[in-house]
Amino acid sequence: MEAGPVLSVRDLTVEFPTRRGTLTAIDGISFDIAPGEVLGVVGESGAGKSLTGTSIIGLLDPPGRIAGGEIHLEGRRIDNLPADAMRTIRGRRIGTVFQDPLTSLNPLYTIGRQLTETIRTHLGLGRRAARDKAIALLTEVGIPAADKRLNAYPHQFSGGMRQRVVIALALAADPVLVVADEPTTALDVSVQAQIINILKRMCREHGASVMLITHDMGVIAETADRVAVMYAGRIAEIGPVSDVVKRPRHPYTVGLMGAIPRREGGERRLRQIPGAMPRLDAIPPGCAFNPRCPEAFARCRLTRPGPMEVDASHVACWLYDPDATPTPDFPPSEDDEGDTETEWQTYTPPPDPDPQHAFTASGEALVEGPGRAFDLPQSDWRKVTRP
Amino acid sequence: MIGFIVRRIVQAIVVMLVVALISFTMFRFVGDPVNQMVGVETTPAERAALRDDLGLNDPVPVQFWRFVSDAAQGDFGVSYQFKRPVAELLAARMPATLELSFVSALFALLIGIPMGVYTGLKRDHWLSKLFLSVSLIGISLPTFLIGILLIFVFAVNLQWLPSFGRGQVVDLGFWTTGLLTVSGLKALILPSITLGLFQMTLIMRLVRAEMLEVLRSDYIRFARARGLRDRTINFGHALKNTLVPVITITGLQLGSVIAFAIITETVFQWPGMGLLFLQAVQNVDIPIMAAYLLMIAFLFVVINLLVDLLYVVVDPRIRLTGPAA
Repeated sequence: MEAGPVLSVRDLTVEFPTRRGTLTAIDGISFDIAPGEVLGVVGESGAGKSLTGTSIIGLLDPPGRIAGGEIHLEGRRIDNLPADAMRTIRGRRIGTVFQDPLTSLNPLYTIGRQLTETIRTHLGLGRRAARDKAIALLTEVGIPAADKRLNAYPHQFSGGMRQRVVIALALAADPVLVVADEPTTALDVSVQAQIINILKRMCREHGASVMLITHDMGVIAETADRVAVMYAGRIAEIGPVSDVVKRPRHPYTVGLMGAIPRREGGERRLRQIPGAMPRLDAIPPGCAFNPRCPEAFARCRLTRPGPMEVDASHVACWLYDPDATPTPDFPPSEDDEGDTETEWQTYTPPPDPDPQHAFTASGEALVEGPGRAFDLPQSDWRKVTRP
Repeated sequence: MIGFIVRRIVQAIVVMLVVALISFTMFRFVGDPVNQMVGVETTPAERAALRDDLGLNDPVPVQFWRFVSDAAQGDFGVSYQFKRPVAELLAARMPATLELSFVSALFALLIGIPMGVYTGLKRDHWLSKLFLSVSLIGISLPTFLIGILLIFVFAVNLQWLPSFGRGQVVDLGFWTTGLLTVSGLKALILPSITLGLFQMTLIMRLVRAEMLEVLRSDYIRFARARGLRDRTINFGHALKNTLVPVITITGLQLGSVIAFAIITETVFQWPGMGLLFLQAVQNVDIPIMAAYLLMIAFLFVVINLLVDLLYVVVDPRIRLTGPAA
């Protein structure tokens, strides 16, 4: 019997009312983060990763709003708290690390002032005690001569140093959860690994779970315990990181993994997923990925798949529907090992009059147009052997 | 830091010399000063003697040097119309103008900044929209019209406040002040509002724009994510970041408030330098005009210097990058 999850998100839906209708940016996602766990969240730009993080810390910018679902932190519902109660949770129970350390700190105040003000707000310590705690935190994140650096201004620090300060700030009040939104994206490649290690170590030592939002699969593979793959505001696949990386189930995850360069790879070109993620006002019915999916069949275009349990993962894909017969005899991942290559480019969407609407256009054409690629027997178009 | 100040002072001296050259040339090109000083029955010999006596036959650079060194010692010559030293005349009028200018600048800041912060924070509140609409009036109405309207409402109709003059003043020896008597304070209200209204709306709109900009910034988002109190974020973090442009504009505007107090002083018959200057223009009193020009330039230069120093106080980034460049 293990303790309940630190964070529990159920059917979270985030909407943006606009003049031309309501956009659903996050569409009914659910996941848990266990104590001490690092959950990676990956996906393309605009998949809703950051928005999920922002919703959890209750800092959605209007007109964005949580239209449905619940967020529970340590068993307590937090998505409907009044602003003031939510403020005491931010920083105290949930720490945050943002993408750009160069702009995360107020340029007009010293590092020390920003640290002690956070510490004193949440822990009610005196001036001296807060200062001592600030020095201890800076030392922990690996800033030498911390007592002198307290009087430094952010512009006197490098990007990596500033992100260390940001991590110290996020963990200043010993939160139970840290939402790290692309913590290394803005940094030099050479310091990315350091920062990730510091973040991981700090969270472990302070007993915080981590929601690590990134589009860097390498970071996820090294850091996360579990990973959620997001696509068009939905979770495509969520499971232990080894499963998702080594044996991806969802065709989107398969494509995502195929797009990562590998050192040992003999491939000349990286595979790519054709097309682009749909815009929020043009998400196709059924599975959001179906127009780009090489495995898509009729059901995918009609009904949205819920999460299906596959081993330790949950996959939102009809291929894994336990009630359906027959089960697909070739899980897409196995193609990787074989000599034959899945040629993703074989899927050719019809000529698109307006590239901006690639998705709607191609999606609809696929559903209606007779004699298209998918009307052929699957074996004919799915697998193409390279000469 | 010291290099920064020294460099600024050198720049200030250059500016002052250029302005001095302009006021100096006024003497030479706007009429013959001797004609202004003598009567009809003066003989040519007497004129020549006076010309020689005044040093008008010396080479131009020598004359210019004499003008600059006299001005630096506070000697701007003698007014043609009042036959008294210009410095004395200006000194007698200066307190009135400076008091009016500073009170209206204070009014502009003390009302403009809070209104700017309010309209920046509560963008969609009806009160913000009211402030913004009213500020449009403040920006678009000319000063004299505002002054006349205020006189009409508060002095003529309601008879609450005096319509002209400084009221009772207290002489402190080197300075006459209207700030110590009730009638002096009452007399200050209408002219300060008239003079400061434009600056107030300008500051309000500037602070609002800057607040909106800063509130969108990452460090404010991060401050919210750290769970700081709204008050700390809005006034500690956001407002301070809006101050650099506000200081710039306020400084420049303070200079122009002093320089362009002329209109307000005329409308309210305020016994300040502006009124003196207008009389000087009417009577081609070159020494007063030249001295006024120099003095306004001096004020601008001093205010700009102070503004530069204030930047350094507010923004630590300037402290380090300043001397290097």
